Amino acid sequence: MSAFRVEVRVMPRAALLDPQGQADEHALHALGFGEVARVRVGKHLVLEVKAADRDEALARARAMCDRLLANPVTEDYDLAVETGR
Amino acid sequence: MTRVAVIVFPGSNCDADTLAAAREAGAEAYFVWHRDTDLQQADVAILPGGFSYGDYLRSGAIARFSPVMAAVANHARAGGAVLGICNGFQILCEAGLLPGGLMRNAQLRFLSRPAWVRVERTDTPFTHLYEPGEVLELPIAHGDGRYVADDRAAAELEASGRVVWRYVRDNPNGSTNDIAGVCNAGRNVVGIMPHPERRTAPVLGGQDGARVFHSMEARHATQHAVDVRAVGDRHLRV
Repeated sequence: MSAFRVEVRVMPRAALLDPQGQADEHALHALGFGEVARVRVGKHLVLEVKAADRDEALARARAMCDRLLANPVTEDYDLAVETGR
Repeated sequence: MTRVAVIVFPGSNCDADTLAAAREAGAEAYFVWHRDTDLQQADVAILPGGFSYGDYLRSGAIARFSPVMAAVANHARAGGAVLGICNGFQILCEAGLLPGGLMRNAQLRFLSRPAWVRVERTDTPFTHLYEPGEVLELPIAHGDGRYVADDRAAAELEASGRVVWRYVRDNPNGSTNDIAGVCNAGRNVVGIMPHPERRTAPVLGGQDGARVFHSMEARHATQHAVDVRAVGDRHLRV
């Protein structure tokens, strides 16, 4: 078993209104960053996962997302696994 | 007398009001702690409002895995009536007992004020004493009250008459199709974002919410009476 660092990015579904992203976008425009076309706000979770190998860490983390960390009705997620330490 | 289990999660804060509203309507209401796995022969389970688990991760996301939720799901599967109010609605959506989900209010602010909802469906255990189309004034108190369902799910809800309450006058949180409350396909699981338990007496500013609890109590009384008649005389109407 080794420890893997799994980074999970959870974002509101693209089709859904993201009022936090809109508020940030408006604030950026007000500060003069007119080049910003769209801002979306999501969540970044960092997990330390013990697993036999990278694939297992990924599979387990995916199960965690499906079960708890992301809501399939309102959110999408993606994962990145860093090499075990 | 209807037996009503009011589920208490860590962070529930409308549990006492909900218990009082159910008792006021004549029900035998009692608390069930979220770690319990027995609803004690409840006829109705109510998930009250509040901030279970501090709304961490997502509102209702962690509470849905509380041990009591297996009992609530079994109760629902067996056709038992379940009502989720505010955070309870969020928990039922997270648990998959109701479709859709609840996201941050479109205007971002936490809203604590009256709202107006139209009763769209009276064929649920919690609305049958209302008139179809009746407009109720009920308080809202939520930050994550924007009901969302994708186009297909929303169309299905509309087509199958599962939007139970709809905001009128204004849509406070940006919810899809002005939805304030929905039910499942079996119509026994119902969720509502406003707080009927906070409008059950004139001293509370109105009693538009009282019939949610009276509906639940009257339904049970009627069912019971029908059962008795059916046993006593088979020719009586059922």
